[in-house]
Amino acid sequence: MAKITAGVATSHVPAIGAAIDLGKTEQPYWQPVFKGYEYVKQWIKEQKPDVIFLVYNDHATAFDMNFIPTFAIGCAPEFKPADEGWGARPVPTVKGHPPLAAHITQSLIQDNFDLTVINKMDVDHGLTVPLSLVFGQVEEWPCLIIPFAVNVVLYPPPSGQRCYDLGKALRKAIESFPEDLNVQVWGTGGMSHQLQGPRAGLINQAFDNDFLERIVDKADELAQVPHINYVREAGSEGIELVMWLIMRGALNDDVELKHRFYHVPASNTAVGHLVLENKGD
Amino acid sequence: MSKKPYHDIPGTTIFDPAMALMGYHLNQFAISLMKAENRDKFKANERAYLDEWEMSEEQKQAVLARDYNWMMSLGGNVYFLAKIFSTDGLSFQVAAASMTGMTQEEYAQMMLDGGRKPEGNLYKQEQHNG
Ligand SMILES: [Fe+2]
Repeated sequence: MAKITAGVATSHVPAIGAAIDLGKTEQPYWQPVFKGYEYVKQWIKEQKPDVIFLVYNDHATAFDMNFIPTFAIGCAPEFKPADEGWGARPVPTVKGHPPLAAHITQSLIQDNFDLTVINKMDVDHGLTVPLSLVFGQVEEWPCLIIPFAVNVVLYPPPSGQRCYDLGKALRKAIESFPEDLNVQVWGTGGMSHQLQGPRAGLINQAFDNDFLERIVDKADELAQVPHINYVREAGSEGIELVMWLIMRGALNDDVELKHRFYHVPASNTAVGHLVLENKGD
Repeated sequence: MSKKPYHDIPGTTIFDPAMALMGYHLNQFAISLMKAENRDKFKANERAYLDEWEMSEEQKQAVLARDYNWMMSLGGNVYFLAKIFSTDGLSFQVAAASMTGMTQEEYAQMMLDGGRKPEGNLYKQEQHNG
């Protein structure tokens, strides 16, 4: 049977992708950011997941104002890195796992999570920057990836509780797939940031560190935090953090914190990163 | 209409369905700039390209002025508007700085110093920015 073994959470700032693509990772500005990802780069080589279920959001790239799905699952065999307006990132094409994605779709919809099915989609920095941070610059991504896009652009996004509950249903879905697969669930986006208006540049280290703390072993409490707290305290774009709760919901109640990292700034944003393993596996 | 729960967050426009309705054509214009051929058309004659879209005159003026706060007050969303400043070759940080009234250098330094602090910036009545 397929098994969820671990979760990874990380910010997905586009400037981090640009720093990798342009060979700037050793520059004094960027060096502390990438140092925070040295652990996960080693760890992933030992873990060797077969599939990553990657929760991210599209940033007005694949979805324009005509279609805005709240939860959308990528069921295609492959997804091309998107041209976001300055040429596509020089990263490999993302290979999906259509049979597992179809199985998850069936299971989640029957569990009352009404997903949108995507059979053709380009993926933007929200998905490719986390892959670059963890796998580095590679010819091929070393595993299959199921993109799962959450609307956080048009307010309101799904609630933290809804995301957390979806994570729990996702675990049931994945772990009822008959093939032996080592599956990880990743949650991306955040941490505090605001990219717009006179308040742009807001960073809330207290909010972020509390979030990093509570998502490990008080996630059911954290899931109850309402939207207004995110947008007020973590910035209008900080609400991306609800996506981390899908990852957390998909893991055991008891997890082992393998790595925690926090750094300000990357461009306009606070960078947060966690590696969690299911306990007792 | 009753007040939205986020009406008292200072310096922030929440892109909700009412704003999305107002900004539909503005945002669709902006996202069209992801295509190189549209960027070329826009750069060659901004006004003529804008006139191909069912935007209000005020929305067009806001785009021509590159006034991002103005565009957002008319329903623009920052991820869509990003296609405009990318077309201009500007980074997210430069564009964000332009919305704050700070110079790019002041803004960049604020971020290096840990970003805009939450103190005084969470509720309108206590606002003093910086
Ligand atoms: Fe994002």
